[in-house]
Amino acid sequence: MDAVAEAEAPQTMLQNTPKMSTRRVNVYYGETKALKDVDLDIGENQVTSLIGPSGCGKSTYLRCLNRMNDVIDGCRVEGDITLDNVDIYRSGLDVVQLRARVGMVFQKPNPFPKSIYDNIAYGPRLHGLAETKADLDNIVEISLTRAGLWKEVKDRLLAPGTGLSGGQQQRLCIARAIAVNPEVILMDEPCSALDPIATARIEELIDELRQNFTIVIVTHSMQQAARVSQKTAFFHLGDLVEVSDTEQLFTNPRDQRTQGYITGRFG
Amino acid sequence: MNSFILIAILLTLATIGYSFGQRRARKVSGGEPSTLHSRPQYYGLYVALWCGIPSLILMAIWLIVEPQVAEWMLISNLPEDIQALPADRLSLLINDVKNLASGNIVSREIDGALQRAADGYASARQIGNAAMVVVAIAIAVIGLGFAQRHITPTLRARNLFERAVSVLMIAASTIAVLTTLGIVLSLLFEAMRFFAQVPWYEFLFGLSWSPQTALRVDQVGGSGAFGAVPLFAGTLMITLIAMCVAVPIGLFSAIYMSEYAPPRMRAIVKPLLEILAGVPTVVYGFFAALTVAPFIRRTGESIGLDVSSESALAAGMVMGIMIIPFISSLSDDVMNAVPRALRDGAFALGATKSETIKQVIFPAALPGIVGSLLLAMSRAIGETMIVVMAAGLAANLTADPLEAVTTVTVQIVTLLVGDQEFDSAKTLAAFALGLVLFAITLTLNVIALHVVRRYREKYD
Amino acid sequence: MTDSTARVPALRRADLSEQRLKRRYAAEKRFRFYGLAAIFAALAILGLLIGTIVLNGHTAFVQTHLEIPVFLDPEVIDPEGNGDPGALRRADYQGLLKKSLRERFPDVSGRRDRIKLYGILSNGAGLDLRAEVQADPSIIGTNQTIWVKSSDDIDSLVKGYIDRDLPEGDRRVKDNEIAWIDALEADGGVEKQFNTTFFTAGDSREPEQAGIWGAAVGSFFTLMITLILSFPIGVLSAIYLEEFAPKNRWTDLIEVNINNLAAVPSIIFGLLGLAVFLGVFGFPRSAPLVGGMVLALMTLPTIIIAARAALKAVPPSIREAALGVGASRLQVVTHHVLPLALPGIMTGTIIGMAQALGETAPLLMIGMVAFIVDVPGGVTDPATVLPVQIFLWADAPERAFVEKTNGAIMVLLAFLILMNALAVLLRKRFERQW
Repeated sequence: MDAVAEAEAPQTMLQNTPKMSTRRVNVYYGETKALKDVDLDIGENQVTSLIGPSGCGKSTYLRCLNRMNDVIDGCRVEGDITLDNVDIYRSGLDVVQLRARVGMVFQKPNPFPKSIYDNIAYGPRLHGLAETKADLDNIVEISLTRAGLWKEVKDRLLAPGTGLSGGQQQRLCIARAIAVNPEVILMDEPCSALDPIATARIEELIDELRQNFTIVIVTHSMQQAARVSQKTAFFHLGDLVEVSDTEQLFTNPRDQRTQGYITGRFG
Repeated sequence: MNSFILIAILLTLATIGYSFGQRRARKVSGGEPSTLHSRPQYYGLYVALWCGIPSLILMAIWLIVEPQVAEWMLISNLPEDIQALPADRLSLLINDVKNLASGNIVSREIDGALQRAADGYASARQIGNAAMVVVAIAIAVIGLGFAQRHITPTLRARNLFERAVSVLMIAASTIAVLTTLGIVLSLLFEAMRFFAQVPWYEFLFGLSWSPQTALRVDQVGGSGAFGAVPLFAGTLMITLIAMCVAVPIGLFSAIYMSEYAPPRMRAIVKPLLEILAGVPTVVYGFFAALTVAPFIRRTGESIGLDVSSESALAAGMVMGIMIIPFISSLSDDVMNAVPRALRDGAFALGATKSETIKQVIFPAALPGIVGSLLLAMSRAIGETMIVVMAAGLAANLTADPLEAVTTVTVQIVTLLVGDQEFDSAKTLAAFALGLVLFAITLTLNVIALHVVRRYREKYD
Repeated sequence: MTDSTARVPALRRADLSEQRLKRRYAAEKRFRFYGLAAIFAALAILGLLIGTIVLNGHTAFVQTHLEIPVFLDPEVIDPEGNGDPGALRRADYQGLLKKSLRERFPDVSGRRDRIKLYGILSNGAGLDLRAEVQADPSIIGTNQTIWVKSSDDIDSLVKGYIDRDLPEGDRRVKDNEIAWIDALEADGGVEKQFNTTFFTAGDSREPEQAGIWGAAVGSFFTLMITLILSFPIGVLSAIYLEEFAPKNRWTDLIEVNINNLAAVPSIIFGLLGLAVFLGVFGFPRSAPLVGGMVLALMTLPTIIIAARAALKAVPPSIREAALGVGASRLQVVTHHVLPLALPGIMTGTIIGMAQALGETAPLLMIGMVAFIVDVPGGVTDPATVLPVQIFLWADAPERAFVEKTNGAIMVLLAFLILMNALAVLLRKRFERQW
């Protein structure tokens, strides 16, 4: 696995204009402040990983990027978050539009209790991506192919998605996100419920997806962050402590806290 | 009230037994309760059980058996010619004798034989009662003495007491089973007697229902027709009308409550809907008969329709109102059980709330919702008071909701309310109807509970 | 990971045109509106239901009284002059009142008109007078003005339930009666007073003399029997099933059985009561004892289910802690689990009792539907209960029973709301998060 990560490591193509950028982001759950003044840029066609001990705010930050925090009662977001230089919390911008451009994959695979086909086709149908049945079939095939699941399921597209194994379910969810063809894909600890082999497949997949998508991944595992990402941000107690190229962050952290975390003194 | 005094006496004796037992235990321990197997209270409880339980059981058996014995004695003491009367006349006569004995008004002339029989019956019951009191108290005292004599430091009083309690608990939990068994057996038994007089196929498939049978052979009156199809059709129609009202309102309010309503609104609306569920059915019946039916009739007249004042529509609509809270609260639970992850999945793809509900949550919750609809339907089929008060009595076989129809439950009530002989086909027909009602609702319930349970297991 | 990268034609981006979005949001709004409309419909129906009941029922709590000056003629009341209570009880007080009416309206002549005139008073008016005399026999021989109940028709007239503008033929109260009442009213002799009879009397054929006390007492006795039977049995079975029962087919059967029993139509329980309690055991008809037994069987599943839920909510750690210090399983339950589960059990029991209080159908089956004037004195006396009383009055032909029915419903609903509020309070007060 490390070999793969190292092979990819040299291409640290820093973007001049970030895909998404956040400035002075503060998030409150009721009275408690979960994120404090977070400034972070997400580079296009890059994998950015967010690491940190549990409760540090990394998932909260991720959910700000496609406004999934909106559905949580008592959650309030302040600050500027832009996608292609447009503020996504601006009134008038629509969450449905936003989420079609910024997709998400969750910690636990959550396929709908429908067939594999319908799981993938759900998003395209919502957003009117296919005019004909053939179009839709095509989208389903492409998405499943990209998610590396096509060979395994092409003969049972009408079987329920919940009948797949955990790793397959997660790839189904990735395929479901891809089918809408978003610009950014957010992944919230996508491998934490999976076994090592399934994890390895997902990691390979993430690396391939980087060519077409901008990816932000929250992960609990520093090895995973090192393997799949080009840029890593370390969160601690709601603060963004340090962000830099992955290699640099793991080999030469600037901050004491980052050092402490990656050498395993807390976490 | 006599038996209540006796129960009080027995309980007092048991209490006395408790304190005796405790004291006795302390005494046999020689002032050192720690040498006892159990704490002294348990010896007290041990004595109290021996004192109370056998005597109370005896009393219960006596109360159940005694009237039968007394009646049997009464019949065997009656003159031969009266004993030879047909069963229905005999039971009327016995009823009169009993009334006479308890000093109530009697519908026939009292002759010497009757008076003697009544006196005999009264004194037999009196003696029986006295005997019961004496025997029960005697058994209680004997139990007390016996148990107290048995107390030794090694007696495992706590284990014995706990075993008695667990027997009691098992007995309590079988009562639910016995109830079902009682329902099935009594319905089956009476229905069998009915089917001995009216063939079952005529009952189940006959198209005409007019249960007025002649009391005597020479009397002019209906010959009695027991074809229950019009009843089933009427029940079905009213139930369908009810579902048409309740399903959209119930489901949509459940959806709104579980997905849209802000917590403040939930806190206010939920209890209000619960009030709707808590309103007794007799109140709904009154509302249907006095407010809704006349309203529908007037509305119908104003657009030139002839509406019966006991139209199926009125009864059905009000029944629908009754089951709205039932459907909405069950569906609300079911939809809340759909995991949050599914919602998030749909939202993350850019679905709007209603798209998420219609295309993800509702299909996922569908088995549970179907289950709750079946339960609601079984409710509607078995509901009695609304239809008794607002639906008709005449068994019309019609598909017009503006006409009056009758239902299974209405007929059960009309057949059994008022003075009836217990074995006429008319009375027994009510039990046959009850059997059908029980079978249908049971089937619906079993299916519904099974579906709901499977559904819950899936998301637990 | 070889099947992917080779051929990945680009997918189209989502169609986010304003037009399409507008359509989707319109659907969203519509859907939301349906939900809101459903809730408003349900609440409006509730409002309508309660509204019509209160509107038509609040007048049941007052009763029109007429002020009649009456000479308490010793010749009629106490001919012997010795104040014999028996004579005082038997005297023709109604006659005295009739005489006063004749004197008040001397120009009414003819038998038929006279009877009409007497008819403005309740048949029970004489009883009101008797009560006054019995309370203070010294008023015999004096002139008194007393307030007595009017008949139900006059009561309806005064309360405005009878439309005076209708043609006389279509009206229950005729022109001359209206004239008399107007004359009395002009003297201040017509008044609506608090209707104590409604709360203290049993049933009656005369609406103005009918009350709910008999039914309320019947309900009380019935519910007592229900509670005495169903609470211990329910709690014991719940404890057994939740804490002791092995998992086997027998307990599975009991469990399925309880869940089904909870959904059996109530009228079936009535049939069971009729066939078994009355038919086999020979218990008395119409008695609260049997009614209570039937309702106990009916509420048992509710109590068992609620009690099991309450027991289940007690965390296992508490049981383990108690077992760890050497308590027996029964001691664990009685010392630790049961006290913690008790509020939940009580809540379930109150809700079950409220259900039983509102139940009608099974009681019809066991004859608790008879017309009973006397207030029952015990659980074996013939009795009726509040919901059945409502059913009986709803069927009565007299116009005045409509308001009585509504009034009785208000009382019943008040009890139910009180019980449910108590349950909610209990739940709120003792709710515990583990």
